[in-house]
Amino acid sequence: MGKTTSEKIFSQASGRDAYARDVVIAKIDSAMAHDGTALLAIEAFEEMGGKKLWDPRQVFLVLDHVAPSATENFSMVHKRMREFAHIHGANFFEVGSGNCHQLMVESGFVQPGAVAVGADSHTCTYGGLGAFATGIGSTEMAAVFLSGKLWFKVPETVSVTFEGSLPHMVTAKDVILGTIGEIGADGATYQAIEFQGLTIKQMSIDGRLTLCNMAVEMGAKTGIVEPDRKTIEYLANMRLEAEKTLVSDKDAEYSRRFEFDASRLEPQVSCPHYVDNVRPVGAVEGVRVDQVFLGTCTNGRLEDLRLAAAILKDEKVEKGVRMIVVPASRSIYLRAMKEGLIEVFLNSGCVVCNPGCGPCVGAHQGLLAPGEVCASTSNRNFRGRMGSMDAEIYLVSPATAAATAIKGEITDPRRLQIK
Amino acid sequence: MSMIIRGMAWKFGDDINTDLIIPGKYKLSITNLDELAKHAMEGVDPRFTEKMVKGDLIVAGRNFGCGSSREQAPLVLRHIGVSTVIAESFARIFYRNSINIGLPAVECREAGKISEGDLLQVDLENGLIGNLRNDEEYKIMPIPKEVWQILSNGGLVAYVKKHGKLPW
Repeated sequence: MGKTTSEKIFSQASGRDAYARDVVIAKIDSAMAHDGTALLAIEAFEEMGGKKLWDPRQVFLVLDHVAPSATENFSMVHKRMREFAHIHGANFFEVGSGNCHQLMVESGFVQPGAVAVGADSHTCTYGGLGAFATGIGSTEMAAVFLSGKLWFKVPETVSVTFEGSLPHMVTAKDVILGTIGEIGADGATYQAIEFQGLTIKQMSIDGRLTLCNMAVEMGAKTGIVEPDRKTIEYLANMRLEAEKTLVSDKDAEYSRRFEFDASRLEPQVSCPHYVDNVRPVGAVEGVRVDQVFLGTCTNGRLEDLRLAAAILKDEKVEKGVRMIVVPASRSIYLRAMKEGLIEVFLNSGCVVCNPGCGPCVGAHQGLLAPGEVCASTSNRNFRGRMGSMDAEIYLVSPATAAATAIKGEITDPRRLQIK
Repeated sequence: MSMIIRGMAWKFGDDINTDLIIPGKYKLSITNLDELAKHAMEGVDPRFTEKMVKGDLIVAGRNFGCGSSREQAPLVLRHIGVSTVIAESFARIFYRNSINIGLPAVECREAGKISEGDLLQVDLENGLIGNLRNDEEYKIMPIPKEVWQILSNGGLVAYVKKHGKLPW
């Protein structure tokens, strides 16, 4: 019987012939924790008697959720993480480096075919490079720190196929929001989602990372895109060679199949307070917003900034609205500066914050007051996520975000001229 | 840990996410568990921590604990004395986190038959929930042996302390 990518990766990582529903002990290739989860992991590691990391080169600690720290309390968390990384020799990303997932992929710490775990639910992002990447909790992370291994139930795989070319102003974010609207918030619980088809093949790595980032919003263990020439080039740009590009067999078994026509897709909006409450932009056009947020591990990459800047060029953010831009990493920030994108954002009245998670997690850099509405390119619109329990968050693409900022209300980006 | 748990049911709906269980704004500003736990379930019922008593159970619908990987979600529930979370289904990371900290998370397709205020008796080993109000019995989805090994030892840290090594 043929195997899915996940079955192949877990066969390799566990050293046995693994199929969906088998429970395996898999070797971990990389383990990441950030300032929202690392403290509990460090404490559990020490409580378990941990003296040294299984392999410090494979352990990554990132300051991104509240970075720079907004409170004295959190400064102590950062301090503890710095000390831990120093003592144990783990890889450490200081304040301002960027958000953890972007850093893992752009620094070359994720290979196709690898098993990557992170103490963050959006670790599934790395599936955009063909890795099996999934979020775990802090106590489990401590166990990985100790042993470099973890138990997994090999997931069944859902196939999501998009054929056709994406229309003008319709992006990877719209593809994934549309998918979530169809499959639902728990439609893929415990399963892997493989994104397939011509649309995905044509998509950039940035776009594929956006897709896989939101797989967890359907309950999925991970999202995966088959590694191809683009993946190999992406790694080659970092002087890395793709060592094991595992792809699904033709006769692999899928638990469900979804097929969509990308050429008919419209910009999508995920409405409050559930990610799967998805509607075409036309259904919510005209909703007034107070804040627009462009950034995060979903949509803070160069391609996203370029698209938003193309729309915002020579335009102003509507009076009474603030637009916050957070590049996903320092290297993206630098590239955006060189390309003049940051200048466009500043000229149009945006606030550009340092790389990191921005206000997405409700910690700092733009929290919402009661009654306020935010259009955000992030991945969650849960009640209370970005501040007040009485605020509303609409999830949109970078194009819709930029168009919305100009008009001050949710706007179909296809209406605007690109200069 | 005790394999028989008895307590009163507090009912919640579908898709109770981790931001409702413990909002990020608290998780990222309060590191003291006593303080943090005061906000448990605040997003759904701001008075929950005052109303419930130690040993009570949470009974929810589908996809309980969806969203973030924050282990603080099951931690605050355990800290305020929730003895078990019963749900029609769980989001994956919340489920693993609960087991790893020794908080029983049990899947029960018939959770919808339970009403708020019902006195429940959960028999983890035999996979049954007894409703002491109406004498109904509900089956728990079987707990895989890898999960049981961790849960029955009181969680992963407790397991390591007891056995001097990880289960794998």
